Amino acid sequence: MASKSVHLPVLQSGLGGTLRRDAWWVGPAITFVLLSAFIVYSTWRAFENANFLYGPYLSPLYSPLVDTSWAKGWPIPVSGAMIILIGPGSFRFTCYYYRKAYYRAFAMDPPACAVGEPRGHSYKGERGLLIFQNLHRFTLYVAIGFLFFLWHDAIKGLVGWQDGVHLNVGTLVLTMNAFLLSGYTLSCHAFRHLVGGNVNSYSTATAGMLRYKIWQKVSKLNMNHMAWAWTSLFGVGLTDFYIRCVCTGAIHDMRFF
Amino acid sequence: MAAERKAQLKVYRGDKEGGELKDYEVETYPGMVVLDAIHDIQAKQEPSLAVRWNCKAGRCGSCSAEINGKPKLMCMTRMTSFPENEPITVTPMKSFPIIKDLVTDVSSNFRMAKKIPAFRPRPKEADGTWRMQQEDIDRIQEFRKCIECFLCQDTCHVIRDHGKAEDFAGPRFLIALAGLDMHPLDTLDRRELVKDEFKVGYCNITRCCTEVCPEHINITDNGIIPMKERVADDYFDPLRWVIRKFTGGPEKKEKAHLPVLQEKTGSK
Repeated sequence: MASKSVHLPVLQSGLGGTLRRDAWWVGPAITFVLLSAFIVYSTWRAFENANFLYGPYLSPLYSPLVDTSWAKGWPIPVSGAMIILIGPGSFRFTCYYYRKAYYRAFAMDPPACAVGEPRGHSYKGERGLLIFQNLHRFTLYVAIGFLFFLWHDAIKGLVGWQDGVHLNVGTLVLTMNAFLLSGYTLSCHAFRHLVGGNVNSYSTATAGMLRYKIWQKVSKLNMNHMAWAWTSLFGVGLTDFYIRCVCTGAIHDMRFF
Repeated sequence: MAAERKAQLKVYRGDKEGGELKDYEVETYPGMVVLDAIHDIQAKQEPSLAVRWNCKAGRCGSCSAEINGKPKLMCMTRMTSFPENEPITVTPMKSFPIIKDLVTDVSSNFRMAKKIPAFRPRPKEADGTWRMQQEDIDRIQEFRKCIECFLCQDTCHVIRDHGKAEDFAGPRFLIALAGLDMHPLDTLDRRELVKDEFKVGYCNITRCCTEVCPEHINITDNGIIPMKERVADDYFDPLRWVIRKFTGGPEKKEKAHLPVLQEKTGSK
């Protein structure tokens, strides 16, 4: 017969209850601040609906360009970013790395390892309301589509000028953004599964050895998925901020040639 | 020879009725681990102190406990890894019912293990052997490193805070199930069980199991997430469902059912 777990008072229960002495709260606190800052910034930029296009430069928050004239007269102004952000936003929301990050930092479920949380035996995890997290692969397909637009924007930042080819700081910024987002998207766990993780016998499957080699490469990328997740998030924010600054004239877009 | 120093320990003493942290002082020596300190207390100060241990080499997984609140193997935790002027707190694994002092009842894990339908290989080849290639079993070999210390089960908040030890497989058994699902010779389809009986959906990927694993098994990235994706293949992906309808999909495995377990009866 199953025996019931007895939680003794000395073994610290309840929210934040722990015998840990290290600064376990630092990681979730930093995550909370950084993710909140990005959400606030991107929301503000989505409502601003201006300063996202400069010559061939297009902010990643507004890429690809979406015509929102059909929403004229709506009580809430609709910008391209509001529509665009649904794609990459849902990819990040259902991402296996970000799930860890926000379950810890926002939901405190748990706040950190071996640290107490608000007790609840009604816990459903990702079997209840959050069951949609299983659809992460579909958001991956959307995110891969966005990569084409972002690389197009980066190349356009090089060759899209009226007077020929330019290499500017902005070109490098857009290229860096496309590179980081490619790293993040292609190191995704669902992508790893798709390219070969779902195979049991590489030696006998169709194109098995090729899939095994691709799976190995993606697995290497996947080991740094967290680093890709953060750097690409900063990349998007900084790229948009740079383009905004160039648009408003706050900074001059330096030209190398 | 390095100078000896004294270390302060706070060790949990008690049983299911209650208990407290008691202070002890031990002399340390180079290379000493927390389990040595516990043995020192047992030998010189408190013979009734209960602790489960066996190999003292990080291979048997018996001496799992929480040291300064972190799930660790006592035999693999050096005394020098803690500041000299602070007491070291040693408590039993919190997720399991306490028996006495540092010893807990981890039998819920054994009950869970019994529920997993066993490996059923395909028939042998004509020459009476099975053949597998290394690349087919690379992934599974990582899971075989598990020493069943149950630190991952201890730190998993689904078991620890939400009390689902009997309802949720937990990280240790999800990698066991992943190892079976990925096995190139196995012929059973356990995915429905993984979803409905072992409840992989309870895991919300907070990765504490991977952080505490003394064998450094990448439980989350290589075991649980691939298992979630495989379950998604079969139960949450309408696109694959349509493709399967048209193409017939990959070779079907036989659906697994929970084994019917017989309780052992009779006197000991």
